Amino acid sequence: MQEPISTEEGFTRSAVKQLAVFSVLAVLVIVAVMYALNFIAGLTGSDSQSAAGAVDIENNEISVFLRQDPPQLDSTRSTDVVSGTVLGHVMEGLLRYDENFEITAGLAERWEIEGTKATFWLREDARWSNGEAITAHDFVFAWRTTLDPAVGSQYAFIFYPIKNAEAANTGDMPLESVGVRALDDRTLEVELEQPIAYFDKLVAFSTYFPISEEFYESTNGRYGAEAESLLYSGPFRMTSWVHGASIRFEKNPYYWDADNIHLDAINIAYITEDTNTLLNLYKDSRIALVDLTAEMLEGAMQQRWHLDRFMDGSVFYIEFNHRPGRLSTNLNLRKALRYAQDDGELVDRVIKLPGYLPAKSVFPVWLRGVEDTFREEYPAPESEYNVALAREYLEKAKQELGITEFPPIVLLADTSPVATISSQYYQEVYKKNLGLDIVIDPQIFRQRLAKMSSGDFDLVLSGWGPDYNDPLTFADLFASWNLNNRGHFDNAELDAQVRIAQNSMDQRVRMDAFGKIQDILFDEVVFIGNYERGRVYATNPQVKGILRRAIGAETDFTRAYIVPESTAP
Amino acid sequence: MWQYTLKRLLQGVITVWFIATATFLAMHSVPGDPISGERAATEAIRANLAARYGLDKPLGEQYVIYIGNFLKGDFGISFTQQNRQVNDIIREHFPVSATLGILAVLFAALGGVLWGALTAIYRNRLPDTIIMFLVILGISVPSFVFAALGQLALVNINNFFGVSILPVAGWGTVSHMIVPALVLGMGTMAYLTRLMRSSMLEIIHSDYVRTAKAKGLPAERIFLKHQLRNAILPVVTVLGPAIAAITTGGFVVELVFAIPGLGRYFVQAVQQLDYTVIMGTTVFYGSFLVFMVILVDLLYGWIDPRVRVQ
Amino acid sequence: MSDLSSSSSVTLSADDFAPLPHRDDIHGINRPSRSYWQDAWRRLKSNRRALFSLWLIIGLLAFALIGPFLWQVDPSRQDIDQISQAPGADRSAEIVPEYTAWDGSVQPGFESDATGLRIGADANSQSVRLIWDAVPGANALRLYRNIFPIDGELAFGLPIAEFTSVEAGFYEDRLDLRPDTYYYTLVSLDQDMNLSAQYQELAVDVRRVITLDEVRERELVAPDVELALGDEVKLSFHPFGTDYLGRDILARLMSGARVSLFIGIVAPFLFVLLGVAYGSTAGFIGGKVDQVMMRIADFVVALPFLLFMILFQVVFGIGPGESGILPMLVALILLSWPATARLVRGQILQIRQEAYVSASRLLGAKNYYLVLRHMIPNTLGVILVTLTFAVPSAIFTEAFLSFIGMGVAPPTASWGSMSNEGLATMLTHPHELIFPAIFISLTVLAFNLLGDGLRDALDSRMRSLE
Repeated sequence: MQEPISTEEGFTRSAVKQLAVFSVLAVLVIVAVMYALNFIAGLTGSDSQSAAGAVDIENNEISVFLRQDPPQLDSTRSTDVVSGTVLGHVMEGLLRYDENFEITAGLAERWEIEGTKATFWLREDARWSNGEAITAHDFVFAWRTTLDPAVGSQYAFIFYPIKNAEAANTGDMPLESVGVRALDDRTLEVELEQPIAYFDKLVAFSTYFPISEEFYESTNGRYGAEAESLLYSGPFRMTSWVHGASIRFEKNPYYWDADNIHLDAINIAYITEDTNTLLNLYKDSRIALVDLTAEMLEGAMQQRWHLDRFMDGSVFYIEFNHRPGRLSTNLNLRKALRYAQDDGELVDRVIKLPGYLPAKSVFPVWLRGVEDTFREEYPAPESEYNVALAREYLEKAKQELGITEFPPIVLLADTSPVATISSQYYQEVYKKNLGLDIVIDPQIFRQRLAKMSSGDFDLVLSGWGPDYNDPLTFADLFASWNLNNRGHFDNAELDAQVRIAQNSMDQRVRMDAFGKIQDILFDEVVFIGNYERGRVYATNPQVKGILRRAIGAETDFTRAYIVPESTAP
Repeated sequence: MWQYTLKRLLQGVITVWFIATATFLAMHSVPGDPISGERAATEAIRANLAARYGLDKPLGEQYVIYIGNFLKGDFGISFTQQNRQVNDIIREHFPVSATLGILAVLFAALGGVLWGALTAIYRNRLPDTIIMFLVILGISVPSFVFAALGQLALVNINNFFGVSILPVAGWGTVSHMIVPALVLGMGTMAYLTRLMRSSMLEIIHSDYVRTAKAKGLPAERIFLKHQLRNAILPVVTVLGPAIAAITTGGFVVELVFAIPGLGRYFVQAVQQLDYTVIMGTTVFYGSFLVFMVILVDLLYGWIDPRVRVQ
Repeated sequence: MSDLSSSSSVTLSADDFAPLPHRDDIHGINRPSRSYWQDAWRRLKSNRRALFSLWLIIGLLAFALIGPFLWQVDPSRQDIDQISQAPGADRSAEIVPEYTAWDGSVQPGFESDATGLRIGADANSQSVRLIWDAVPGANALRLYRNIFPIDGELAFGLPIAEFTSVEAGFYEDRLDLRPDTYYYTLVSLDQDMNLSAQYQELAVDVRRVITLDEVRERELVAPDVELALGDEVKLSFHPFGTDYLGRDILARLMSGARVSLFIGIVAPFLFVLLGVAYGSTAGFIGGKVDQVMMRIADFVVALPFLLFMILFQVVFGIGPGESGILPMLVALILLSWPATARLVRGQILQIRQEAYVSASRLLGAKNYYLVLRHMIPNTLGVILVTLTFAVPSAIFTEAFLSFIGMGVAPPTASWGSMSNEGLATMLTHPHELIFPAIFISLTVLAFNLLGDGLRDALDSRMRSLE
């Protein structure tokens, strides 16, 4: 019965040998399948991703990333930062922001804004990426399309300073009545409802970009859905767009200022929000720029990376619900909540990313005033961290409300990482300092907005990003008529000041109005400032001239250039 | 056989209708508002958008339109990418997920058979111990941890050698597929290894193997024809559910490795409350799985007539 | 056989084929016998791996249920001074006065003849106060902070602040100061605001400090101990370190264990129960009812599991202050019961046709007796094994949902949500990922091994050869 050991061993050896053959076959099968699948995928249209590195000196191109697939490249409907970044590379309007964030000539070589009339003279060499001339009619078409009620553009309001625009958008007047006309192919005349001081800044916004009517009609409602279904007026054109995977920009030869565009191509080689993945890609020299989280800073210093920071322009704050019947209508409660928190602690200890600043005002520090920055000229009222004072106010609030204990207070927040951290931080701070029971209501972004609109909250972690470089983009946030004033704050004095700022042409008068608005917002505790958002990023030392800013394309590579290693400092 | 096929297909169609209805009802009971955007819209604009997506009609009518469009193979327009059809999204992104899924299943099946057989041959010896330890890791570590660690390992390997051996993330070439597919197939591979091992052990001790040895059959023949082939059968029967799990479980890998698959799209759509994309993707995946299962059943029926009778 | 053929003269009537009247004593077994369960338990006990996992599970349950009584730390308490602290880090802190704002004046005792970048006050974890002289020739200045001395690569580290004035200035740094040595550099910027090679460097040692009020408030020392400025105290002890908000990881693991194990054990228990009720009803009644019931189960099986899990999470929503455990539980039950139902129905149908059931029926057994004595004991093994294997997949599902942000709502902790948060800090603070991940892995492993053991012990036909 006992088998000779040699046989058993021999059997094992033979079996292993056969398994080895099997594994070789398996690897061959897998490789064959991989190539077959890749071939089939190639047939269905998606390009192979170039395996290029972050900087390709030979072809004069760089590789970078996007946080998400641009949701909407149809400039009439686009609302988000990512689409804005892409549009900022491939499109240009009448005016644009230069390297110092000043308004400068874009497709219009000259412009004149006088009272209620604005005239723009287009460049002779303004051309679409197919070589055709960009005419004043293209602007008229784009603007009217945005205002068309059937299009349902969320940014139609940005045209409302133009005569009859609001009425046309609500369907009360025909689109033809909107105050924008092409006097000839190269002259655009705009009639405004009333003189406004910042119309030049509005015109630089992406919704004001031109669209060729002929091309728009030829896309059958798919304008902006693919690389081929867009016509480009900017320094680059999209030559490929594999949704969710990659985008390639190549220099637009028809761009009027092509001589000052140095890169031949920009590869958006990766589209992902995962910060760890992006960090790994940067480490692997696949992308030329990466945004860092606070946890990555130590590693970045160890790697001897060159770090930079900028403010992306947005301000975040706790907003209150001012609808009747809500506890948050009580001013003393709001004051208690403000004095019981230390905004510096959130920024310095919890978020701990350089570039973030405590939000002392709804007007961020980078906004321009008359001569200096607005905040230098009109310093924000200083709040202090004073728990004893906060408790006093809380007692007053209890007396006024006729309650001995506060019921749970709902703090609405979205599910982004920073909102998750901040909401838990405030929950604990208010529990510790005031004994208040804060319940967090975490909702995805759209649900948070829907709940804000329906008034289903006491406090909400909210924020605002600028549309144009004028304090008004923040100042009218809490005006009683503003639909974005979702807490329904209603203050006649504030409304009056917003009207002054909207209607006056005198910068000094306007800035005074903004200063008063800043004071009212502080006195009434309309919000509790959290932070002005910043970002820290590392760039490949061979790439220079990258701009990062609050308005327009958040990351702007249009004027970037490559310096070969030897000359890089 | 034809009758059986027809019956199964009919059942499949009814199941798909059920999935479509369940998805429709689920989506329409979600609290919230797919139209709300960052910049608040006036009532007029909201009404325009609602009309554009047919949200202004009564629920019953919306359902009829939805089923009608579904029969035509039209899932509507995305809410976030208002110029893209849900069909385009599925057509562009499903092949990516499918590629990843097929590869992962292949890795899992071939790897499972190989490691399972190896552990059975070397049972209770060093190779067995090492592989079974790895199997335990594969079964008990969550896939997102694997994915993150796998990527980190890749970066360090690439940095160590100073050249890019395998890409860290992204999609497009064959080299992009390897690591994500391995990570995705890891759990299933571990499971199949265990299955294969116990199935092999059972057969090694079986009478007919002993008989074959006693008869003096060559070792290769015994191993290949008698042991391996019979041991694989139970592995094959669990492949169906494994395919389903891998195809829908690809989200994690797609998220971490920045792969433009349909799973990642679904997660994004959920986070943005993109009704049409959520409904379209769910119904598409559901139908796909239903007909995959039917296909597998029919194949079994073709191989094994006993199934048909039941 | 031969006996029957020989006695051919026996005549049988129809009465002879009628079941006998019910008699209890006939079912009695005279020899002492181990019951099915005793036998199974004996086999399970001899399986070392299964026994080990059983103990592990008991340990994990104790960790979740008894742990919080032994380690009485509030899992939501934030220790802002010890954010993302690794286990075993130094906890000593010196007592200093309350923080007051700084106007740039040099603190007594810090006047010096030195020029350039220097500290103007005691540098501690409250603040580092820097002053400097005018920098001629520069267009603007930028202040950096690093954790290494500046070397030839001129990587200055974190850009902390920027100054348009090149006159003498001051700056107070309060950003995430830890007990460490920091290297500050003040770099001159040229006309184009690019970095020039001209910089001043300063190394600053930062001590961890705490104020007296904070010591009292956090009860770091007994209330009767006298404390003076300059005394050293120990900050609170966190054996497993702290997370990104300074919360005790051990306490959070314990409260997370309650969530994860609750979902992982209760959900499978409930859906298996539902499946058993549904499946046995269908199997026992049979016929048209069975057909319809099983068709419904087929529909639910066909739903893509993870997609519908996510969909249900969205549909149910999480209200203010809710943990999100209930929606997940309901979704898991709604989607998972049919597998058990199918299994149980199959078993019941099979058992119904077994000879011993027919025999029992012939011997006068009633329906309830059949169900209690034959059906349930013979399916219970299968059910128990299913239940054990369902636990790991429920725990994975919870972790997976947390990973894509559809899991429990903050501040509720679960192992899944903790590992997801740990992923973000994986590189610098690995302990925030490792601990919860280990707990998930241990639980999943234990239930898998126990499931194997149970299967072997309960059903010799399903026994795997190990």
